[in-house]
Amino acid sequence: MYAFTYHKPTSARQAATLLLKKEDSKLIAGGHTLLPTMKQRLAAPSALIDLGACPDLKGIVRKGRNVVIGAMTTHAEVAASPEVQEAIPALAYLAGHIGDPHVRHRGTIGGSVANNDPAADYPSALLALGATVVTNKRKLLAEEFFTGLYETALEEGEIVTRVSFPVASRAGYAKFRNPASRYAMVGVFVAKRGGEVRVAVTGAGEGGVFRWPEAEAALKMRFAPKSLEGLKHTAEGINGDMHADPEYRAHLIGVMAKQAVAQAIGK
Amino acid sequence: MSATGIGAAVRRKEDHRFITGQGRYTDDVNRPGQAHAYFLRSPHAHATISGIDTGAAASMPGVLGIFTGADLAADKIGGLICGWMIHNKDGSPMRAGAHPALAQGKVRYVGDHVAVVVAETLAQAKDAAEAIVVDYQELPAVVDTATAAGAGTVIHDEAPDNTVFNWHLGDKAATDKAFAGAAHVTRLDLVNNRLVPNAMEPRAAVGDYDAGDGVFTLFTTSQNPHVARLVLSAFIGIAPENKLRVIAPDVGGGFGSKIFIYAEETVCVWAAKKVGRPVKWTADRTEAFLSDAHGRDHVTHAELATDGDGRILGLKVHTKANLGAYLSTFSSSVPTYLYAPLLSGQYNIPAIYCEVDAVYTNTAPVDAYRGAGRPEATFVIERLMEVTARQLGKDPAKFRMQNYIRSFPHQTPVIMMYDAGNYGASMKKALEMIDYKGFGKRKRDSARSGKLRGIGFSSYIEACGIAPSAAVGSLGAGVGLWESAEVRVNPVGTVEVLTGSHSHGQGHETTFAQLVSDRLGIPIDNVSIIHGDTDKVQMGMGTYGSRSGAVGMSAIFKAIDKVIAKGKKVAAHVLEADEADIDFADGHFSVKGTDRKLDFGSCALQAYVAHKFNGQELEPGLKEGAFYDPTNFTFPAGVHICELEIDPQTGVTRIERWAAVDDFGNIINPMIVEGQVHGGIAQGVGQALLEGARYDAEGQLVTASFMDYCMPRADDLPSFDVGMTVTPCPSNPLGIKGCGEAGAIASPPAVINAITDALGHEDIAMPATPQAVWRAAQKSISRLAAE
Amino acid sequence: MATVSMTVNGKPVTGNVEPRTLLVQFLRENLRLTGTHVGCDTSQCGACVVHVDGKAVKSCTTLAIACEGMAVTTIEGLAAGDTLHPMQEAFREHHGLQCGYCTPGMIMAAVDMVNRRGHVLDEKTIREDLDGNICRCTGYHNIVKAIAAGAEAMGKTGMPVRQAAE
Repeated sequence: MYAFTYHKPTSARQAATLLLKKEDSKLIAGGHTLLPTMKQRLAAPSALIDLGACPDLKGIVRKGRNVVIGAMTTHAEVAASPEVQEAIPALAYLAGHIGDPHVRHRGTIGGSVANNDPAADYPSALLALGATVVTNKRKLLAEEFFTGLYETALEEGEIVTRVSFPVASRAGYAKFRNPASRYAMVGVFVAKRGGEVRVAVTGAGEGGVFRWPEAEAALKMRFAPKSLEGLKHTAEGINGDMHADPEYRAHLIGVMAKQAVAQAIGK
Repeated sequence: MSATGIGAAVRRKEDHRFITGQGRYTDDVNRPGQAHAYFLRSPHAHATISGIDTGAAASMPGVLGIFTGADLAADKIGGLICGWMIHNKDGSPMRAGAHPALAQGKVRYVGDHVAVVVAETLAQAKDAAEAIVVDYQELPAVVDTATAAGAGTVIHDEAPDNTVFNWHLGDKAATDKAFAGAAHVTRLDLVNNRLVPNAMEPRAAVGDYDAGDGVFTLFTTSQNPHVARLVLSAFIGIAPENKLRVIAPDVGGGFGSKIFIYAEETVCVWAAKKVGRPVKWTADRTEAFLSDAHGRDHVTHAELATDGDGRILGLKVHTKANLGAYLSTFSSSVPTYLYAPLLSGQYNIPAIYCEVDAVYTNTAPVDAYRGAGRPEATFVIERLMEVTARQLGKDPAKFRMQNYIRSFPHQTPVIMMYDAGNYGASMKKALEMIDYKGFGKRKRDSARSGKLRGIGFSSYIEACGIAPSAAVGSLGAGVGLWESAEVRVNPVGTVEVLTGSHSHGQGHETTFAQLVSDRLGIPIDNVSIIHGDTDKVQMGMGTYGSRSGAVGMSAIFKAIDKVIAKGKKVAAHVLEADEADIDFADGHFSVKGTDRKLDFGSCALQAYVAHKFNGQELEPGLKEGAFYDPTNFTFPAGVHICELEIDPQTGVTRIERWAAVDDFGNIINPMIVEGQVHGGIAQGVGQALLEGARYDAEGQLVTASFMDYCMPRADDLPSFDVGMTVTPCPSNPLGIKGCGEAGAIASPPAVINAITDALGHEDIAMPATPQAVWRAAQKSISRLAAE
Repeated sequence: MATVSMTVNGKPVTGNVEPRTLLVQFLRENLRLTGTHVGCDTSQCGACVVHVDGKAVKSCTTLAIACEGMAVTTIEGLAAGDTLHPMQEAFREHHGLQCGYCTPGMIMAAVDMVNRRGHVLDEKTIREDLDGNICRCTGYHNIVKAIAAGAEAMGKTGMPVRQAAE
């Protein structure tokens, strides 16, 4: 790692001020993407602003038809939360399968969402559930927020403070992990809310998380794995690497989508 | 059998320090005033270097010294060596290029050592390394094993077509004749995938120099510190042996990769004198991937000839072996004498001919990795056996049993004289353990849930107990492969054993103590095992090739014989009896036919008190040493059966059952032996399903971290059903054969034979990743549809 | 340089560190607690697992300075004096280690697993929950057995889940 200065504000507002004031600064949440990158000397911020002491960024609350999760809530806390388990069990399941137990003790929803790693799990849940990303400045729908590989709509000095998930009537998540890294090679989150069905895919897209309209249409007719029989995702626009070429990944999207639907309907 | 003697599952004496965080590994060693080394490595696979400018870097904060190949050359520090001479078919010696510890005008793989920076802190050393300007002229990279010889780009001038040697073993004419009369010939093309050993402890070195005495000390992650000292002294020229102490403290796994003498420890110990400070280096995982010697990497065409009854007539093998950019310490022996002599497997094969072309490529050096040559041989013969059985419509177990060697000793056509074994017994037991009879039903059950189930066999044999010094000397080894031991009895009867074997996970502190406790009849807690320090242990050859039991313990056995013989003399004096009338049993010396006796501890005390020895008649003291040179290799063998299930939708393979029956001869500690089997199987399953080092066409290592190189994790593996059969080894006093590598040797063909059984075709290579299996399963499905 | 204070194995400690100092470096280099190991650069192998405020974390991916005021338990702090923790005892009894390098992280992860999942752990649960810890020696067979036995033993000794290790 290169040297940097370290700051630990005690509120999101203080953090935002520091972020603007300190040149070439970066926020650090759980640090499980940033620190490995810095260790390899592939990132060299001159200041780190640690959000770990901001109580206003923590916590999980049920607000009417929404579950609101503070940005600094860890994956383990989301997985173990009775509110999340009750309202959106698929989200608790997803959080409980990110990385490994030790990573889940440090990694946070805000960090994951703000980083928008194409192999991260959370973006698929946000997109499928129609979540809203709340920042210190504004509210953004997931589809507005995620703009590309590692890219989001976040502006200078803007900090994700919480994520608000509308409660779905049915939701499920299935992922196929990269055998080596254990990141999502293909992750599919399906959600049914009223008459709307969304299918969001992470890990597979050249441009990051995306929706699969054909599957959504098929599931809207009938929300069952069978509805996806014979439906194939195109390999165009799908990532390829030595673990999975575009054709195989595209195939896995279909398989994971079926598994996610089966989970959603409790089969 | 006593609770702590031979054959008992004694809990390990060394464990207390490991489970309490008190283990002492090389990176835990900190010397006063210690500085840190960082190696600037080549980013290019192949390039000439026309200049290295260290000027700006040298003036950076904390920098104590920056050294390049020129500095080593100026100090007359020699290059790294390969200790095994292989001769070509025409009798000429192999063509080996120089292997400088720091590059001399050329780099030959990504990770090759260009310069070293020694600084107050590691961060400062890294910062300075970034400021070194190296003028590279890139050359085309040669990466592919199969085509390296004709690549047109020369890696070493000494080997103009990148070929290190064209070697062969066996009788070509006899084999051709056998094939001419064959009723059936099975032909296979096989790739034995390149692996990265990945011991969990990365390599590390701490060099220190005492200017007062002119003595160097090197702490290093080594499986054989004495060999390291020998090479660093006699060949590389760091210092004479009496001025160089090498210590290998606790070592966190080796699997072969810590046998070799590498650039980093050479440079660290040398640089300690240059900067006048202790110098520490510890690899990070990426450096380990780039610069640890890799394993395997063979491309092979093989053919097996059978007669009309299914009896094997002959075997022909042509292998291309990738040795990487430089010849590592024992690299040349691996695809030759550790490989071809095992091609006969457990079978009666009248004629065998094997050719091996070894090539240089712009990749990390390749050397011994758990099994070293024997897994490659086993993969060839066991894939051929399975496929031949299928092609002949025979049951694979019965086809193997039909061709098993049944009488011993058995001379194979490829050097080895198998001394003892009962291969049918292992197969029979393994078939019962896996419930072979029930497999058909289980396969149908799997099919009903849309899964493909398969079963695969592997009847492996290996040559361990490496090795009779005269035999390996005649085959090109630069050293003899005996082992030494010294048994020091203290005046109160406690015992220290100094051994040239080195434990890096094998549990020698326990098993060696069991032997001593058993033979001397003393409590196991009274025995300490000392290893890994050239100032304490006089000489040794180290631990690899499953040799510590068969060779290392035989040396201890011999030394104990001498202790008992001396003890009898002492007892004769003390008990005032004739030496010939003294017996030793259960920890007591006694006079035959009387009740006069002396316990071992009292005998030891009398040996040192020496009041009753009458002047020159008997030397005081009780301490004996022995060198044991084996008379033959040992031949562990067994049968592993793998049963697995494939999900054709995802390509995921789950191992459902694993039966392993091994014949390791006599066993000192079954708990430790089973642990060795488990770990070996896991590495073999890793090779078959998960692991593969991949270089791209430019020679960049694509799998340079655990993000891309798939290490076996707990949920990739099942629990293993491990059984034993015992035919004692006739060539050593304990009847031990060795168990360290068996699992890694046996398992890859068992897995691939099971996968191909499930798929119904042979078209899959290692590692059989989900992607590869999915694609192969599509082929199975379309074939089924076509039928 | 900055000053960081925390409690390590029950004792208050203070050290001067650069902000870039990782927790594992602070433990190994400043405090000379070398039982915690480093086996990779990418947060995967788990050799560096320690407990911070009662939860298993990878100390190679945690800044020391971020642990200001927190309670850290390392492998050296697990035993109660000369009495081994039941999980340590279980690893010894079931031969859950060979070279010992991954062992401290494995044991700390295993204790955390019991804290999260209770005293009855089946093989499947243990294997899946171990995906943040890599062992190259044992093939995991005996580690799985050791953790199941250690979990049960922790229950028998009446160790309360959660505070068991701290």
